[in-house]
Amino acid sequence: MLIAMNNSFVNTARLLGAGLRALLVLTLVTGVVYPLVVTGIAQAAFHDKANGSEIKTDGKVVGSSLIGQSYNLPLKKGQQTPDADLKWFQGRPANGLGTNSVNTRYKLILSGATNLSADSKVLLEQVQDAKAAVVKDNSVPGYSVDPSDVPADAVTSSGSGLDPDISPAYAELQVHRIAARNGLPVAQVEKLVKDHTTGRTLGFVGEPRVNVLELNIALKDLAAKQ
Amino acid sequence: MSPVLAGVLQLLALIGALALAYVPVGTYMAGVYSSKKHLRVEKWIYKVIGADPDTEMSWPAYLRGVLAFSAVSVLFLYLLQRLQGVLPGSMHFSSVNPAQSFNTAVSFVTNTNWQSYYGEQTMGHVVQTAGLAVQNFVSAAVGIAVAVALVRGFARSRTGELGNFWADLVRGTLRILVPGAVVAAVILVACGAIQNFSGIHEVGRFMGGSQQWNGGAVASQEAIKELGTNGGGYFNANSAHPFENPTPFTNLFEIFLILVIPFSLTRTFGVMVGSVKQGYAILATMFTIWLGFVALMAWTEFAHHGPALQAAGGAMEGKETRFGVGASSIFAVSTTLTSTGAVDSFHSSFTGLGGGITMLGMMLGEIAPGGTGSGLYGMLIMAVIAVFIAGLMVGRTPEYLGKKIGGREMKLAAAYILITPALVLVFTAASMALPTPPHSILNSGAHGFSEVLYAFTSASNNNGSAFAGLNANTDWFNTMTGLAMLLGRFLPMVFVLALAGSLAEQTPVPVTAGTLRTEKPLFTGLLVGAILIITGLTYFPALALGPLAEGLA
Repeated sequence: MLIAMNNSFVNTARLLGAGLRALLVLTLVTGVVYPLVVTGIAQAAFHDKANGSEIKTDGKVVGSSLIGQSYNLPLKKGQQTPDADLKWFQGRPANGLGTNSVNTRYKLILSGATNLSADSKVLLEQVQDAKAAVVKDNSVPGYSVDPSDVPADAVTSSGSGLDPDISPAYAELQVHRIAARNGLPVAQVEKLVKDHTTGRTLGFVGEPRVNVLELNIALKDLAAKQ
Repeated sequence: MSPVLAGVLQLLALIGALALAYVPVGTYMAGVYSSKKHLRVEKWIYKVIGADPDTEMSWPAYLRGVLAFSAVSVLFLYLLQRLQGVLPGSMHFSSVNPAQSFNTAVSFVTNTNWQSYYGEQTMGHVVQTAGLAVQNFVSAAVGIAVAVALVRGFARSRTGELGNFWADLVRGTLRILVPGAVVAAVILVACGAIQNFSGIHEVGRFMGGSQQWNGGAVASQEAIKELGTNGGGYFNANSAHPFENPTPFTNLFEIFLILVIPFSLTRTFGVMVGSVKQGYAILATMFTIWLGFVALMAWTEFAHHGPALQAAGGAMEGKETRFGVGASSIFAVSTTLTSTGAVDSFHSSFTGLGGGITMLGMMLGEIAPGGTGSGLYGMLIMAVIAVFIAGLMVGRTPEYLGKKIGGREMKLAAAYILITPALVLVFTAASMALPTPPHSILNSGAHGFSEVLYAFTSASNNNGSAFAGLNANTDWFNTMTGLAMLLGRFLPMVFVLALAGSLAEQTPVPVTAGTLRTEKPLFTGLLVGAILIITGLTYFPALALGPLAEGLA
């Protein structure tokens, strides 16, 4: 009995040893060699993309073409949430976005969605408030927005909270406001949106979209020229 | 072009790509597990392990290999997280607490990739790359190994031998997953997924000031996360994050990566049992269910029922502009009908019925086409049950692939299909009945119940996606989902390998005029029916309390 137990103990230990050696050698292959090889190729062949597709204007990095930003006025005294700076094209709501709660030596963006359900009263309120704001902000003298013209992406939070894009419909809806606030002709702003609209890849993959950061950079250039 | 038409065309392109890959990938994999030759690097690895790759194993020996390797993996990954605070290359991120470390270690070793943590604030370069991503490879290889052992059980006769676990593990990793992942990772980087080891990036903003985001080996992890049907995101937003899934093309490509091995394994099965038609019948079953679910999902998401979505004018809550409703629907179904659990859009904000479809997909046991390996063995178990039901109806001894399905085989198959539902329903009931666990729920009413049901469905089936409103980072949920993942992964494997051993020992019975033709469409129909009825009867009461109540309100 004792010998049998000893044998099974030795066998189990031997098996776990083999498992550990297998794990360590496969860690070397898939956890060290593989990521280093891919990083080597990526950094050599696609340096900018591998490091976050950063965009520069006037020699300064102003963000990544892939990461959505907010275009808000500075917080006023006593304010919890800042007001949108209506001079600039606005991106989608990002009510699921957060900041880090651990390792707080950094101030990291925590990507995320609201996870609110389709029958949630909170979500319904968020959508209705967002819609009212979009209608109010974008109705300027001579151009009024009908609530039924507001596209869904303008009033819903994206999955990542970092959606860099808006739909062409939402961009077009903002054209009159942008023209009025920047003292630009409507036709010029319309052309700006058209030039920055990306269609579906190959005509059918994904959805048409406008990159908000790139659009605002172009808007800044246009306004500076006037 | 309307979004609906664009969605249909994307679906057709995806199916075309999968069809093109089916024969070469499936046949290649059959060669990998049948070859007598060892690569030089493999011989060196076997020497390090101290295993002879040509020694055949009986089912208990094969199982012991699976369990020993997995046990060591859990312990190693646990310690890596617990020691993160003192590991170099971790950007000074602190160590992860014990309950969360246990949960995450189990989660990645079981191919679940349930995440109760935020990737960007919790895991440094070393844990992500040398811990989590490694398990993305090897847990997938273990799954395929067990499936191949079962296929050998059908293919072999009068023997107890099921192959060598170490050889299957090493070959699956080196010959299938690593080459596939290298190609996929480079394609993802070329489209904008990041790949660097430069820690936290502090970058300027358009409106002034700066923002901080994580660098990391994201593309290399993303590639194997999809190819190995793992699903654990580098970032909290998973494949909705633009650094993981930057373009509409990468989105479609990632869906392809999720599906290519599980579908193609039916070819591997067909080749190894000597009849590719048998593989086609299994493929047809998987494909029918997958396509049906995609159609239902797209219909309910485009219809966007539910007060908040109606007010918004579209089901875009939790979805990215570049993907839209159509591609997000295909992704959601593909990730929950496999054991992936990656998300490009957030299932909790889908329509009530859409959320129910993601749950039902997992409840089917993730067999259409299922996870890498686990999908094939799960589907073969269902085939055994369907054959048995057919045998009862006509009063003949049931046979599948020349093997008699007797009492022992049926007991093992029945145990397999009972274990996961038992885990889901018992853990969900316990969580709802106890006083504190419900505090984790975000939404009220039927959807709140769905959050808990989803969590244990996802954990027990080793999926890993979530109705992410639930705060799962509590001692209760970290521990209980951890247990559900462990039991939901390894108990079924015990039954699968025991069944494989029992089948391999049999002498094949000759095909006669009375043999049920399991390569015919009639059998595919029977199999689809058996799967839907068994799952429906098991889960209907729970589904009625959650997603059906919400969707029909």
